[in-house]
Amino acid sequence: MVLKLIAYAVALSLLSGLAGLGTSRFRSLLKLVCFPLLGLSGLAAAAGGLLALTGEPATAQLPLGLPWLAWSVRIDALAGFILLLIGVVVFAVAVFGPGYTREFLHGRHSLAALGVFTGLFVAGMMLVVIANDAFLFMVAWELMSLSSYFLVAFQHENAANRRAAFLYLLMAHVGGLAILLGYGVLAAFGGGFTFEAMRAAELPPLWAGVAFALAFFGFGMKAGLVPLHAWLPEAHPVAPSHISALMSGVMLKVAIYGFVRVTFDLIGTVQVDWGVIVLLVGSVSALLGVLYAMQQTDIKRLLAYSSIENIGVIFMALGLAMIFLAAGQPLLGSLGLIAALYHALNHALFKSLLFLGAGAVIQQTHQHSLEHMGGLLKRLPYTGTFFLVGCLSIASLPPFNGFASEWLTLQTALQGVVLDSGVLRIIIPVTAAMLALTAALGAMLFVRLYGIAFLGQPRTRQARQAHLPSFGMRTAQALLAVLCLLLGVLPALSIDVMGAIPQVLGGLPEPGITGQGWLWLTPVSAATASYSAPLVLLGLGIAWGLFYLLLHGRNHQRVRRIHPWDCGFGPLSPRMQYTATAFAQPVRRIFQPVWLLDEKIERLGDDRRVSGLRHQLQVGDRSWKLLYEPIGRWVLGAARNIARLQGGNVRTYLSYSFFTLIFLLWLIS
Amino acid sequence: MADLLNLQGWLLALLQTALFVTAAPLLVGWLRLLKARLQNRRAPALTQPYRDLAKLFRKEAIVADTASPLFRAAPYVVFSATVVTAAVIPLLAVHLPTAIIADVIVLVGFLGLARFFLALAGMDVGTAFGGMGSSREMTIASLAEPAMLMAIFTLTMTAQSTNISHAIDFLLAQGVVLRPSFMFALLALLLVAVAETGRVPVDNPTTHLELTMVHEAMILEYSGRHLALMEWAAQLKLMIYGVLIANIFSPWGIAQESTPTALLLGLGAIAGKLMLLCVVLAVSETVLAKMRLFRVPGYLNLAFLFALLGMLSHVILEVGA
Repeated sequence: MVLKLIAYAVALSLLSGLAGLGTSRFRSLLKLVCFPLLGLSGLAAAAGGLLALTGEPATAQLPLGLPWLAWSVRIDALAGFILLLIGVVVFAVAVFGPGYTREFLHGRHSLAALGVFTGLFVAGMMLVVIANDAFLFMVAWELMSLSSYFLVAFQHENAANRRAAFLYLLMAHVGGLAILLGYGVLAAFGGGFTFEAMRAAELPPLWAGVAFALAFFGFGMKAGLVPLHAWLPEAHPVAPSHISALMSGVMLKVAIYGFVRVTFDLIGTVQVDWGVIVLLVGSVSALLGVLYAMQQTDIKRLLAYSSIENIGVIFMALGLAMIFLAAGQPLLGSLGLIAALYHALNHALFKSLLFLGAGAVIQQTHQHSLEHMGGLLKRLPYTGTFFLVGCLSIASLPPFNGFASEWLTLQTALQGVVLDSGVLRIIIPVTAAMLALTAALGAMLFVRLYGIAFLGQPRTRQARQAHLPSFGMRTAQALLAVLCLLLGVLPALSIDVMGAIPQVLGGLPEPGITGQGWLWLTPVSAATASYSAPLVLLGLGIAWGLFYLLLHGRNHQRVRRIHPWDCGFGPLSPRMQYTATAFAQPVRRIFQPVWLLDEKIERLGDDRRVSGLRHQLQVGDRSWKLLYEPIGRWVLGAARNIARLQGGNVRTYLSYSFFTLIFLLWLIS
Repeated sequence: MADLLNLQGWLLALLQTALFVTAAPLLVGWLRLLKARLQNRRAPALTQPYRDLAKLFRKEAIVADTASPLFRAAPYVVFSATVVTAAVIPLLAVHLPTAIIADVIVLVGFLGLARFFLALAGMDVGTAFGGMGSSREMTIASLAEPAMLMAIFTLTMTAQSTNISHAIDFLLAQGVVLRPSFMFALLALLLVAVAETGRVPVDNPTTHLELTMVHEAMILEYSGRHLALMEWAAQLKLMIYGVLIANIFSPWGIAQESTPTALLLGLGAIAGKLMLLCVVLAVSETVLAKMRLFRVPGYLNLAFLFALLGMLSHVILEVGA
């Protein structure tokens, strides 16, 4: 049943891609066939995923692959969970898509590329999750990377977009290579490419470390961990917004899935040092991600950097889980794992919600920069309201879903006292404080985003003339917003469903997070910590209702609307508002060394009379200067040296062949 | 979670919350009285904050025509989130049913929720001051929050619980023990509390000068009942930090069973502790000057440093590495 549903899901997404071929002739096919098929595929995946979460693992052989290596698939609770996540977001994107792609209908854009590669992309992600051998995994992984490359390059008229897409392709393949090598190590000891063989293999610690390092590098690159994140803020903003939602909301989670599968399941026995590395890299990613996001004015770049932050948080929880597992605390280990996966689910929902919202805003205003928006809540009330839900969720505020998972992560970190090592007992709380700093900066980031884009007065004519987006676009956002609230208010129910996941990863025990019923989250025991989101919501509601009634029921005070007063300088103009750049200035000043700042103030006019000032600010990513540019220079230098072999003289080439031949003959004899 | 079906407990919890909410202006009145005396001024009556609130509630609410619905909803969100925070903090007695709804991390989250809407409301009308206030408030809060959580972690690691009631129980059972980690955590929390409640030297609650204001800049466009709710929430926040510090670092006197005598004793104890804390705050506000905004990070780094030292001394001295 489960297998059938997932097979339908993959087949439907492939069909949707196939239908995309026809869109170059019949443009309405995209709206009428591609997206509905994609939506059905999402529903099938979500249903299958939900069934798999509660049922037994199911396996099957595909009639494909190599003669001695048939492709096999397996759906267990972990795969089911990720499939559920993929399914929900794909469904929302399919509902959003028809309205959003309307503006591409009458352009030079190739709709066929959009339709075909979206279908292949979704199918690739689903296949990665259900693959049960390294061969199918890598094929599906490449399908996912390649098809998303074409989606990033969709609007390829801009040189910047081509550059971003190439960078993405390059890094996807460097990462893919590392993953392949990692599987190679596992397969060498397991004697086969199937995951069963790898699971059964006994790796010496050194080789286990090598396999882990390769997996961490490869999956970390895809997930966008600092300093391997450089492709992410380039690629996400240039893709169409519903693709950004898929890439940021879902594809990064597929990378997390791969990491969890290889580290916890295939390698099996984790070591403390690995956990510490993952924890530290995760916390650095989280902090740098939010700090870089803070300085962005392009709404989608900002969201992309914020994904780096959230991926960092997920890896922090995974690192904690690994530390506890290695220290012989399986219960706490699976607590950390659940916290990480729950945050992955939550991030998929709210980040997709935010990207879809950004898509609606960009479609209506044709502006990417926050400085050109403003006052959109009044023009786009639905988008604005759902966007606010997304902001509250991602800023991890109770009672929304982001808070529930960050709270679980913090609770896991607080259990560091059970560890024997004094160093770890200090490192873990310090990283927890970094998580708190990240969360607080995240709240500031989303106050900035929402306040500048949706509140205040419109800063441009386009923002003043924004229109309501289509019904489907609003529905998709509403669906995700409701899910964000539901997962925040009823976290215990959702975590109950996830209870089977630790079991499939080497038989970890189920953490007793929901031991006190659906009303409570009690990570370790009821005495240690408890959080009841439903009662919190009830309390907030009661307090609100009580005071609203007290203030409105009795003396029917009316509200008088007048012009705001701004120190007597005539009427308020939109230019008097705080800008996004100004809003982030204190943070820029406090954490100055983090960025490459290039700030110029230029005086206009002559010496005696300054007629104006021009302020220019460039915020650069330090990882380019520190990591990528040296590598780039080194590669160029190496290529130049190797190019000397290429003299253009036939005689030289013949002598190369001659010497190679002699060398080979010597080698085999 | 058997405490949930305890009717008497719920009544007591409601009563305690009501007391918390209604006493907050009194605390501010007392603080103003102390400050006035220290500065050789004639003090307003102790009940002046109540009169101000009553006046604001009676007044007509004026809203800018550029404001969105969020502007009018924000005071209610800010106030309810702050009231719910007050409801989960043990004021007179521990083990009330409300105490298990949320632990101390959730409490930080509630204050974050209130701040989020406060800052958004500041940016809603589209004046320059509002955005400035929001930017400053969020900057200060984002530096204060890690210091606060770090200090809280030190406490909860000692008590093995993030639930405030359980932690207080643990401390009472231990008796008077001098812990270096607690001294550092207390220092850190005091510094954080001053920053978070917008007191001198970080912010000045009585100023309307654009160079110095943070909290006032955000609520500049509010009037009437909206302003009253915002002001009341700010007063409540001051009391929340006061009660947290008083009841965690010297929990003695708090009622552990719900008999009238124990509760009365608890009332007397917390009143005394808060009055003392206000003396400390009034003296420090009198002798200190307001800092420049960009010196605040240094100040909060100090708080974080204290919290870190507290954590280190807990791990090294008290548990044994």
